[in-house]
Amino acid sequence: MTMNSTPTESPDAFRVSQLLSDTRYRAKTLQTIAGVLIMLFLGWLAANTLSNLNTLGKPLSFSFLGDKAGYDINQRLIPYTAEDTHLRAALTGLMNTLVVAVLGCLTATILGLFIGIARLSPNAGLARLARVYVEIFRNVPLLLWLLLIFALLTETLPAPDAFRGEDPSATLIFSDSVAVTNRGVFVPSISFNQPRFGWLLLGLIAGLSVLAGLLRSAAKRHQSKTGRPVALGLPILATWALSLMALVYWAGPTVSYPELRGFNFRDGIHLRTSLVALWLALALYTAAFIAEIVRAGITAVNKGQKEAAAALGLRGGQTMRLVVLPQALRVIIPPLISNYLNLTKNSSLAIAVGYMDLTGTLMGITLNQTGRELETVLLGMSFYLAVSISISLVLNWYNARVQLRER
Amino acid sequence: MKFLRNGAAIALAFAPVSGFADTLEDVQARGQLLCGVNTGLSGFSFTDADGNWTGFDVDMCRAVAAAVLGDADAVEYIPLTGKTRFTALSSGEIDFLSRNTTWTYSRDSDLAANFVGTSYYDGQGFLTRAELGVSSVMDLDGATICIKTGTTTELTLSEFFRSNGMTYEPVPIESDSEAQQQYNAKSCDVFTADASALAANRASFADPDAHVILPEIISKEPLGPAVRHGDDRWHDIVGWTLNALIAAEELGITSENARTLGDTTNSPEIKRLLGVDGDLGAMNGLSATWAQDAIAAVGNYGEIFDRHLGTDTVIGLERGLNAQWFNGGLQYAPPFR
Repeated sequence: MTMNSTPTESPDAFRVSQLLSDTRYRAKTLQTIAGVLIMLFLGWLAANTLSNLNTLGKPLSFSFLGDKAGYDINQRLIPYTAEDTHLRAALTGLMNTLVVAVLGCLTATILGLFIGIARLSPNAGLARLARVYVEIFRNVPLLLWLLLIFALLTETLPAPDAFRGEDPSATLIFSDSVAVTNRGVFVPSISFNQPRFGWLLLGLIAGLSVLAGLLRSAAKRHQSKTGRPVALGLPILATWALSLMALVYWAGPTVSYPELRGFNFRDGIHLRTSLVALWLALALYTAAFIAEIVRAGITAVNKGQKEAAAALGLRGGQTMRLVVLPQALRVIIPPLISNYLNLTKNSSLAIAVGYMDLTGTLMGITLNQTGRELETVLLGMSFYLAVSISISLVLNWYNARVQLRER
Repeated sequence: MKFLRNGAAIALAFAPVSGFADTLEDVQARGQLLCGVNTGLSGFSFTDADGNWTGFDVDMCRAVAAAVLGDADAVEYIPLTGKTRFTALSSGEIDFLSRNTTWTYSRDSDLAANFVGTSYYDGQGFLTRAELGVSSVMDLDGATICIKTGTTTELTLSEFFRSNGMTYEPVPIESDSEAQQQYNAKSCDVFTADASALAANRASFADPDAHVILPEIISKEPLGPAVRHGDDRWHDIVGWTLNALIAAEELGITSENARTLGDTTNSPEIKRLLGVDGDLGAMNGLSATWAQDAIAAVGNYGEIFDRHLGTDTVIGLERGLNAQWFNGGLQYAPPFR
């Protein structure tokens, strides 16, 4: 290779062409160009959107959030009436989203755990049954499950009418305390005479948790010193049960049972068919995926671990609980997080069964009554983003805790 | 419908602003009218056994297509739910909305829709099972009510119950077919909607006599076609097509004589309307026979009403407020001059 410019002349002189020809700069140059292009494109998109909205006479504005909503929401976890604002309606919807997401995640995890373990059961029938479950639920779109479950609930369960009259065709179950109707499940509710019961309960739970934690670490110290485990499970459970019962008794509980008055059952807690259908569909569907994750996690634990546990004399259940699952968790948690996120986002299918979640309120009725498509959709997206990121943060923290600490 | 909503948002981002400028030119260049209709409401807009769209609102689409393109069949029907309709209109997905939609102040101003007139004077009613023995809306305290979301009825219902100190349990519904399914499964005691829609729904039940529409009408629901803000000529075309159909009934023009009456009549207004005399069509960029084409294709207002909603149909609605003004109704077309 011949060199026309002698390097000794100006060894560090920078020429513009080096930006592309020199591997030291090329990557950065290309990244800068790509970055600028993307920014320009996004800027054009935003500017065009804004100018289109202006042409339509609908400039971007979030002031509608302070206006009166005017519509009713059937399931309210926070006080809300039609006189409240659109923002309040959106928050009511958000609470409904969170409720179904939490219920769904809990149920799906428990169900998924058992089905995942059943998949690996030495009992061929059980394993095959679990496999059939996984394949059926995993391979049919969630929306179809949701519609099917909702249709089954509304079409097959008795209407409140059926509970009426001298010889009703339907009766309440669990000694007249729970009414299962096609408008939802009515269960007894408990209220307390003591006004500060909620805070006391929270205080008690916090106190007992701290106490249990202290006892556990003491037991651990004792075990590592003497080698003998201290059986704490039963005493702790008993303490919990006794103190909770004492608090409840002191607070004076009043149970109100659902009762058919007028058109509907009144009193008690009303779990609407829309909530039950969405909850079941999300839980059953996601459980299939969680089952596969659990199976993968368990399979990932070295067989030697199980054999070692058996050699130490641990029983099957103990091996699973004390040896296999804690190690499997490290594999299970990361994909589990993304399934929780999926479930939360999938809950936006709620409108298919008339469940008033964030999509139904903010991005549904509010959008329609105010005509603010872009604003409501942007706001809805940021709500979901915030919820998803919060879930990720919490679970990532948990994940970091259970990870193997390499020394 | 979520897809549609996102689609509208994307359209807002990408579409050039000029796309909305002149709807008439767009329609003529396309050779087809994009008409937003109900996803399914018997009498107003539904697909018949052969899969053709038919109904009162659909005939409005056909009339405009005949007036603008000379061909009543040059329509693409875009089925819309109560929630998607205004987004579809404002994003330019449809040329106009003919979907039993109530004309209100905020929709006309804030939602950037322009209503061109009232094709059907309606009011909110309540449909319930006869066996419940309810005779008045005032007996409905505590009832579970099926309600289509994104409608004026949703807001009226809330106000009505609140101002009368009554409570209810709303069951939000997306479409009429869904409402029927819920109502028939007794998931709700009552279905509330525009009285015409209730009559249409009841007509499609297995035993319509087991259901009653309560006597109270709790709101005014003037239903009419709507266009986008910002295109006055298109607003005029759709509005005056509706007026032409109403005037035709008053003047005795029918689908049968629309083609011939202009040559035989002595009435100057009929001659003007049918394009035999003068050229009203050119004022809106249409052909001289625009109204003649529309009336020949779908008939006058009375014919359309009788064909789809009248007492001879299963829906069996009286003309009521929708009779001509000289018969005690409210339908009144301004003069064609």
